[in-house]
Amino acid sequence: MVDDREITDLEKALEQIWEIAGKFGLDPFPTRFEIVPATVMYEVGSYALPGRYSHWTFGKAYHRMKTMYDFGLSKIYEVVINTNPSYGFLLETNSPIQNKLVMAHVLGHVDFFKNNAYFSKTNRRMVEAVSSHAGRMSEYEFKYGRKTVEEFLDAVLSIEEHIDPNFFIKQNRPPQTEAQQRAASRPKEGRYDDIWKIGEPKLAPSPSQPELPRGERLPEKDLLYYILRNSPALTDWQRDCMAMIHEEMEYFVPQMQTKTLNEGWASFWHSRIMRELELTDTESIEFAELHAGVVSPHKGQLNPYYLGYKILENIEKRWDNPTAEERERFGRVGGEGRKKIFEVRELDNDVSFLRNYLTEELCEELDLFVYELVEEEEWTVTEKRWERVRDQLVSNMTNFGFPYIVVADGDYNRNRELFLKHQYEGAELDPTYARKVLEYVHRLWGRPVHLETNTDGEPVVMHYDGEEHEED
Amino acid sequence: MSVQRNDWSLQRKGIIDQERHKERVKDAIRKNLGSIVSNEAIILSDGKRSVKVPIRSLDEYKFRFDHRKRKHVGQGDGKTRVGDVIAREQGQGQGQGTGSGPAGQDAGADYYEAEVNIEELAALIFEDLQLPFLEEKAKKAVPSKTTRFNEIRRTGVMANLDKRRLILENIKRNAREAKGAKFGNVKKEDLRFKSWEEDHRYESNAVVLALMDVSGSMGEFKKYIARSFFFWMVRFLRTKYDNVEIVFISHHTEAKEVTEEQFFTQGESGGTVVSSAYQLALEIIGARYNPRDWNVYPFHFSDGDNYYSDNEEAVRLADELIGTCNLFGYGEIGEEGTSGYRRSTGALLSIFKDRLHRKERFVGVRIDEREDVYPALKQFFGQRGLEA
Repeated sequence: MVDDREITDLEKALEQIWEIAGKFGLDPFPTRFEIVPATVMYEVGSYALPGRYSHWTFGKAYHRMKTMYDFGLSKIYEVVINTNPSYGFLLETNSPIQNKLVMAHVLGHVDFFKNNAYFSKTNRRMVEAVSSHAGRMSEYEFKYGRKTVEEFLDAVLSIEEHIDPNFFIKQNRPPQTEAQQRAASRPKEGRYDDIWKIGEPKLAPSPSQPELPRGERLPEKDLLYYILRNSPALTDWQRDCMAMIHEEMEYFVPQMQTKTLNEGWASFWHSRIMRELELTDTESIEFAELHAGVVSPHKGQLNPYYLGYKILENIEKRWDNPTAEERERFGRVGGEGRKKIFEVRELDNDVSFLRNYLTEELCEELDLFVYELVEEEEWTVTEKRWERVRDQLVSNMTNFGFPYIVVADGDYNRNRELFLKHQYEGAELDPTYARKVLEYVHRLWGRPVHLETNTDGEPVVMHYDGEEHEED
Repeated sequence: MSVQRNDWSLQRKGIIDQERHKERVKDAIRKNLGSIVSNEAIILSDGKRSVKVPIRSLDEYKFRFDHRKRKHVGQGDGKTRVGDVIAREQGQGQGQGTGSGPAGQDAGADYYEAEVNIEELAALIFEDLQLPFLEEKAKKAVPSKTTRFNEIRRTGVMANLDKRRLILENIKRNAREAKGAKFGNVKKEDLRFKSWEEDHRYESNAVVLALMDVSGSMGEFKKYIARSFFFWMVRFLRTKYDNVEIVFISHHTEAKEVTEEQFFTQGESGGTVVSSAYQLALEIIGARYNPRDWNVYPFHFSDGDNYYSDNEEAVRLADELIGTCNLFGYGEIGEEGTSGYRRSTGALLSIFKDRLHRKERFVGVRIDEREDVYPALKQFFGQRGLEA
């Protein structure tokens, strides 16, 4: 447990860390740290934001995290909330040095949230937004029954990642045309006013068609928005729920797009800041152990903390000491490492970060490789050439690891059926899961749904009409 | 910038939603009882309190890539070369558990492993099961009487004196009377007596005869089915009825009464003479369980492969058995996965269905798959017999 003296100590340390961070050029939002028990840590961790709506999937995540913690299998070191001011959470059982490391790491994240381009439109008052969403959803539960709402959410959540991260429902309202504005200012028609118009010619639609607004253009990547706008089956409260989930995903998707860079950035800075702190010998050793734990390579898999951290260090080195060729061809003058990584933190996401800065030298140093299942039984290394490895990594991270699926037609067969298309680029869908999701989409659309994809190199269309699955 | 500690004890959202998840699991279990009832993990649980069973449709479905058909990027320890095998796929056919598969998501596997408490599961399964045609029997419908000491009074028989209370009351009184809180100077007003209530419950006596064919033709699968049926039957009877006796009989060419443990574990071989089991059952009923005093329920599981020459006798004794009992249940187990296939002649079930005289007290069930065990339980112990 943390007593009052320790809190004072931590506040002192935080002041120091903040000052060092400022000297390095980090520019985070003001940040408030909360010391919390493990249960709260896991709660915030499983909902990703405190106060979100209720759903059994969060309960499942919470239960899993808590069980892992109780068995000593995992320990969350850091939970940070991207708002202004930001919130960082410290586990009450952390040692002082763990807390310092987490504080430094969190400031790295907060600096990233504030300055990276992909977060430029993020709602920094999201905690208030999700808590109002939670209120509305629980009203709907009260009105229409918990089960009804929950089952509807099941369907929505199955496609929640399929939004266009550059499209913000509230911020990108189509501008009103003059005619619409005039119509809006006219007194509202009474119930029987149309009687006076009998015999008058109907108003002709304006001849010049402006560009179709979002949700009517096709193909459309934002499944959630397209369905909420055009589904023949949804009621108002259901549309509202979908809009709320859309808004929450607008907030989360940038985090999914920048996972590696963001973790790399935070790890880079916690290590640099901790070096500046005056630590005793034992503290230094404890820190070294912790840091090694965070950025250690995982055998077989990729640790985003480690990968991001190594690439950033590598960039700094290359821009500090460019080779003769780099000096000549790119005009690098040297000594610009820091400047360069700040530029990367501002402009890149994971895909561009890896595509632009994962070098041959690094691929070799990290011993990266491509592997796949051979003859249904052995996971085998099939590629070591660095460009191929890099391209595979970039491809796996595209669309933050989710299949890219668009609405191709909302009036398929001229029957208001929904036609989805998987932009196949060599990786096949899991057919069992795809069928289940089609069932959910059918629940949202209310009419037959189709999905074009690719199996064993052949194009396939999966159909679901509410009762049976078919394929051709 | 600040560091704070607040009171989070009212923060319980995670716990509340965890309850929602638990409800979901329960719902899913209810929908999947058929496959769970015959799951090995439970039948072989050996008194463990909870087991893990795979349950369909509890996953969170999303569009995702087929993990097994995709290329992944990994990291080695510096010496990795093309052609190195880094992991092996295992546990196929079960549809679950990729074992060492790197990211551990099996395409096509549509399972969620849930931790199931056997007691809770039993409650779900037994929810609407009962002994059918249960009758009040004239003579031995003994009221079972239980005595519960659940009251304390100031008067009573000395034999029921509650000494602990007496001392406590005495100390309290001494303290009240300002003599200090200690024991001594016992007065009549300190005495406390235990008093009781009598619980009368009238229950009909019932005996269940579990008959199982253990002949050579009963292979692994068939024995497993019979045992899982009896496993749940025994549990069900013990949970719902206090006074049910269970007699275990196993037979091949001859029948013998065995203990519960032998019944569930013993392997046998040889041919099949079903009438031997019925004969023994009749003898036991005659000697120990007079139908005037007992509700009698024989349940027999076999693969229906009886010696041809014995069929006549088996039918005759079965009829006689039905004459003495409330309900006669017969389960015939087919080869694994031969659902739809029915042996039309020769097998006992069809012979019984043709030739028995009192079919209204006969239930015959055919089991070809594990999933059929639960419906069989429901057929034998379902709501019925109200007209009797």
